Amino acid sequence: MSTTTAALVDYDEAVSRFDPVIGIEVHVELGTLTKMFDGAPTEFGAEPNTQVTPVSLGLPGALPALNRTAVESAIRIGLALNCEIAELCRFARKNYFYPDVPKNFQTSQYDEPIAHDGWIDVELEDGTVVRVEIERAHMEEDAGKNTHVGGSTGRIHGAEYSLVDYNRAGIPLVEIVTRPITGVGDRAPEVARAYVQTLRDIFRALGVSEARMERGNVRADVNVSLRPSPDAPLGTRTETKNVNSFRSVERAVRYEISRQAAVLESGGAVVQETRHWHEDTGVTTSGRVKSDAEDYRYFPEPDLVPVAASRTWVEELRATLPEMPVARRRRLQGEWGYSDPEMRDVVNAGAIELIEASVAAGASPAAARKWWMGELARTANAEGLALEELRVTPADVAELQRLVDSGRLNDKLARQALAGVLAGEGSPEEVARARGLEVVSDDGALLTAVDAALAAQPDVVEKIRSGNLGPVGAIIGAVMKATRGQADAGRVRELVLERVGAS
Amino acid sequence: MSTISREEVARLAGLARIDLTGPELDRLAGELDVIVESVATVSRVATADVPATSHPLPLTNVFRDDVVEPTLPVEEILAAAPAAQDGRFLVPQILEED
Repeated sequence: MSTTTAALVDYDEAVSRFDPVIGIEVHVELGTLTKMFDGAPTEFGAEPNTQVTPVSLGLPGALPALNRTAVESAIRIGLALNCEIAELCRFARKNYFYPDVPKNFQTSQYDEPIAHDGWIDVELEDGTVVRVEIERAHMEEDAGKNTHVGGSTGRIHGAEYSLVDYNRAGIPLVEIVTRPITGVGDRAPEVARAYVQTLRDIFRALGVSEARMERGNVRADVNVSLRPSPDAPLGTRTETKNVNSFRSVERAVRYEISRQAAVLESGGAVVQETRHWHEDTGVTTSGRVKSDAEDYRYFPEPDLVPVAASRTWVEELRATLPEMPVARRRRLQGEWGYSDPEMRDVVNAGAIELIEASVAAGASPAAARKWWMGELARTANAEGLALEELRVTPADVAELQRLVDSGRLNDKLARQALAGVLAGEGSPEEVARARGLEVVSDDGALLTAVDAALAAQPDVVEKIRSGNLGPVGAIIGAVMKATRGQADAGRVRELVLERVGAS
Repeated sequence: MSTISREEVARLAGLARIDLTGPELDRLAGELDVIVESVATVSRVATADVPATSHPLPLTNVFRDDVVEPTLPVEEILAAAPAAQDGRFLVPQILEED
């Protein structure tokens, strides 16, 4: 591996001199209860090697049995990507030796993918739509997980030995391969990111995977090549493996464009190779050069019979497809009356479902956005959680807003009630009751507090009397403090003005 | 005429991680040649209307329901490992990539 920093050409210059072409392979782990070819469970985070059967381990005589749900998920993904679904397809053995593949082959599909020739429209942040053509989507199984121990970096290089956990071995995967994406010029990195994001949204909408990037449910390999002009033949490409966040997809493409431009400008040739992405430094480094080692000697898997997706079955599955995310986003934005930037923030925060459910539970779209994108987003961010992991439901948010709208809670009290909900104290109503949170609008109690505040600040009273209403806020603040935030600020203001005779 | 060269056998042996000596390569090149030639007879017999087949039985769509089944006890699994650590298989350093 080369640890020296590669020469780079400034990105803008690189894309002014070369036409980038990208291609993306995305692997998605299906959220089935069991593995692709055996009944071992697939729960994330289990103790090592506790979700393993003879099939997962490739023990002699173990025979695979195909998971129907996984096949249906693969077909649904194919349909969502506007693919043709093969009437007949087979599995194949991809032969290679690596400890995380205990059988010494990965069961995959080769020349007969279950889905092929599709497309998906990808929307960039400014609303530009790019159509990405899908070459194929095929079924395969995941490998085990290696942990490299010893050595200087803890990564593959320099490791002294490796530890292997086969819990992940055999988890169903669908690999989706694009055709070369051309004609996007300097926006190639952005397109790559938006494409992976769009796929993630589709997987979630279909319910075929939790599609959590941080858990490696969705992994991308990005291919990049440069050519002198859009009508020149495709240049030599590199494949950067396992780029596992949206941001990294964009950065990796951008980096490769700058690096390859430097190689070409210095009169060199891009080497066709696998490259590794380094999240920490934001660079790619050379891995394996594509060679004989890439000869996987595929052959049809004799232990599994072909899958013949009847047209009836395919149409039944097509009928289960939900509204696709881009269409749904447009519809909801219209219904909710959000601006483009507001909607973008909601989408990026993963709050669409939560807001939709809050609105369904009775909150106004504006109120739902205010809570989820404000107080709750801050809390989630501070605690490193996803919004949906917070101990608050859309129904809670709707209830909270009802308490505010009815005047029982002001904004400050509502936030306190929400804190109680997040702490597991119950619904907003229950928290408000238990903590005694209620706006005080009883004039008697308020007048006492107002009089005390006025008495404490005679100079302010004078100013207000002389027509300077600025300091009213100071009195309201004092009353709020005295009532621990429970006063109705509007009413306090009226009382203050009455008392000093300025009204 | 020989269709399988000694070099091809050496390459296949490398891919399959089989360490073969020079004399073994020579012998296997000859033997594989006979096998390939024999199998090639099928191509001559099969006419265009005979589709390639990967399975002798006319079966498709043999599925299993997505239902969890018992797994092996981790102690039993690791008992079969040459070496183990922290509930995992211990294997030699992976790939001298360069």
